[in-house]
Amino acid sequence: MEVPISTAELLTTDGIPLKQSLRKAERRNKLRAFLLVFPLLLFIFVTFVMPIGDMLLRSVDDSQINSVFPNTFDEYKNWDKGADELPPEEVYKSLFFELANGDKRQIGKALTRMNYAKSGWKSLIKKTTREIKKIVKKGEEPVSYKDTFININKLWADPTYWYSFNQMVKDRSSIYYWNALDRTFDEDGDVVLQDEKRRMYIKTWLRTFKVSIYVTIFCLILGFPVAHLLANLPLRYSNLLMIFVLLPFWTSLLVRTTAWIVMLQQNGVINGILVWLGVISDDGRIQMVYNEVGTLIAMTQILLPFMILPLYSVMRVIPKSHMRAAQNLGAKPVTAFLRVYLPQTIPGISAGGLLVFVLAIGYFITPELVGGKDGKLIGSWIAYHLKTTLNWGLCAALGAILLGIMLIFYWLYNKIVGIDNIKLG
Amino acid sequence: MNDTSQSFVKFEKIDKSYDGEVLVVKNLNLDIAKGEFVTMLGPSGSGKTTTLMMLAGFETPTNGEIFLDTKPISKIPPYEREIGMVFQNYALFPHMTVAENLSFPLEVRKISKPDIKEKVQKALDMVELGNFGTRFPAQLSGGQQQRVALARALVFEPRLVLMDEPLGALDKNLREQMQYEIKHIHDRIGITVVYVTHDQSEALTMSNRIAVFNDGVVQQLSTPNILYEKPENSFVAKFIGENNTLNGVVKEVNGSSCTVELDGGFGMVKALKINVNEVGEKTQLSIRPERVSIDNSASGSNNFSGKIEELIYLGDHIRARLDVCGNNEFIVKVPNEGSFNHKEGDELKLSWNSEDVRALDL
Repeated sequence: MEVPISTAELLTTDGIPLKQSLRKAERRNKLRAFLLVFPLLLFIFVTFVMPIGDMLLRSVDDSQINSVFPNTFDEYKNWDKGADELPPEEVYKSLFFELANGDKRQIGKALTRMNYAKSGWKSLIKKTTREIKKIVKKGEEPVSYKDTFININKLWADPTYWYSFNQMVKDRSSIYYWNALDRTFDEDGDVVLQDEKRRMYIKTWLRTFKVSIYVTIFCLILGFPVAHLLANLPLRYSNLLMIFVLLPFWTSLLVRTTAWIVMLQQNGVINGILVWLGVISDDGRIQMVYNEVGTLIAMTQILLPFMILPLYSVMRVIPKSHMRAAQNLGAKPVTAFLRVYLPQTIPGISAGGLLVFVLAIGYFITPELVGGKDGKLIGSWIAYHLKTTLNWGLCAALGAILLGIMLIFYWLYNKIVGIDNIKLG
Repeated sequence: MNDTSQSFVKFEKIDKSYDGEVLVVKNLNLDIAKGEFVTMLGPSGSGKTTTLMMLAGFETPTNGEIFLDTKPISKIPPYEREIGMVFQNYALFPHMTVAENLSFPLEVRKISKPDIKEKVQKALDMVELGNFGTRFPAQLSGGQQQRVALARALVFEPRLVLMDEPLGALDKNLREQMQYEIKHIHDRIGITVVYVTHDQSEALTMSNRIAVFNDGVVQQLSTPNILYEKPENSFVAKFIGENNTLNGVVKEVNGSSCTVELDGGFGMVKALKINVNEVGEKTQLSIRPERVSIDNSASGSNNFSGKIEELIYLGDHIRARLDVCGNNEFIVKVPNEGSFNHKEGDELKLSWNSEDVRALDL
């Protein structure tokens, strides 16, 4: 049906266009609202948007090493790897002067970066730099820079060292992302799998997903009945139950995690009881901690409230009369539950599920403490590189992949369930 | 229809207690005939909803048995009772469309798809919502939701329909309109209805018979006109319609009538002996406002006078609050015939027939 639209502009009683007048009247309110949220916006920008942006930049940034060896890298690009076994003389020459005159601290940083590409670079360059400095001090000018290098250390004749330059010669590099997926560049700059003994990330990624999905499912299975009880018990009992649900929130994460170690370890409470009951023999004690099982148990318990609370808030507002109505209409209790009750809890299930999954996928402390070697998640690798190897580029890439995965899940969720369907409280 | 010998629903000696200390329903005996519209009327907490829930199967009687079509039903779970119910807040399933809500009882009965479609459409047409099948309950107004709930309770052709204050959430005009609609649907399809309400005008409008509940006991079970005109105790007299009361002591019993001396020495009143037995008993007299005459040439056997405390003009009649025999809440309805020209403070002569005064319990 066509709705006729009046073309004449509406005016206020004073003859000012209505829209203009409305804008003017609203401007003060809008300004005030903006000023009220401004501190929060600023806070979020400084503490959230900027670090994430910095992390994303860091994950592709390779400019530091390029500022240390600009000439070497320029010459390196002219090397025809098919024709010559080793780089041309100019590369050795440029490197000679850049090592001789470079800032020591900057070179040190660059060496760390080079060592990620191929271990051994650090000691080789350090040794070489010492010799080069001696040569420069003497005032000699080498006839062949290439031979000088090879004389200092015969590793300079090993092309695999030179090949590793491939992944460093550009300001922006995707190498950290490939590393995070167990891949690297070969001598031609093509992406290839890492050596078998250096492949650990894909395995950890898969384990992270597996653990997160299991934890989410266990939380749902354990949390659903509790939330249902909470929503339907008389106030007096439900308050008490709510305290039990919230109690973990008031206890330190570390305390809870170490408590699980006490419970689960081979000489722990659970094994002790099982042995005492005669279920298992004394030498058949079950390994429940420092592996994936421990991670699953501890994380499920710790993340359970995040499932229960959204479920509870949804279940609380489902009228009790719905189950009665369904039964009155002829549905057996199971049918009534599946067709009438369960569909109405979906906003809670999805909110809780998404929350638990997202928290689990980035979880660090618990898997680190109870996970042992087989139960570590990707967060442990991020912490390891952040603190031990100082490979922040790789950290950033791992973090960015994690962020990307969460965004993909969020997008999928929106496609399948609809984000309006989420309900947290 | 009042023939209880072929009762369709029968409550026999039903007691109900939730905590073992208080009886919510006491010795309930009630017979409902097939096709009858019976209303349980009473203030909140009088046990009427509990009675309904026992019939629906959501509460178990503590004692006694309920028979449906001569079969005891206490052991039958609610989903096998074939009793339709309209809940207080409709209990429509929000995640299903109107048509899906109506299909639900048919689907769980494994009825074929084409039959379901036909029955759902028929039920929607019955409540004049034929085009609303694809909407969700939240997209309907309160009155429309009410009709959907009604259609859903009827669509699977139950043996009996229960309604638990179904009109409580509607505004006044809509409520009255829905009362007639429910009554008309009942007349048309002739299904047995048990209706619960605390609104006496709703009960009077729709019911064949009304059971007045108070304190878990049925005070009186009767047709609307008898309940109004011949209440059997003072609770029913007060609960149904407007009622003037005068307290006194029985002085003389004479067959079906008696003479009562009013407290405070205001005189003697001749009344029907309903709920009193012997001389010396205290009693409460009940007179309906419209049965009090202010005609000065009164022929009634009881003549009194009262001072006008307040006059309220209501269009078709004038409502006068008088002070009569020490009761200053004595209401008289004066038809607006243009001849009433008294002011507040005037004395009025009143009279009423002794057949219109009922001596009830105190």
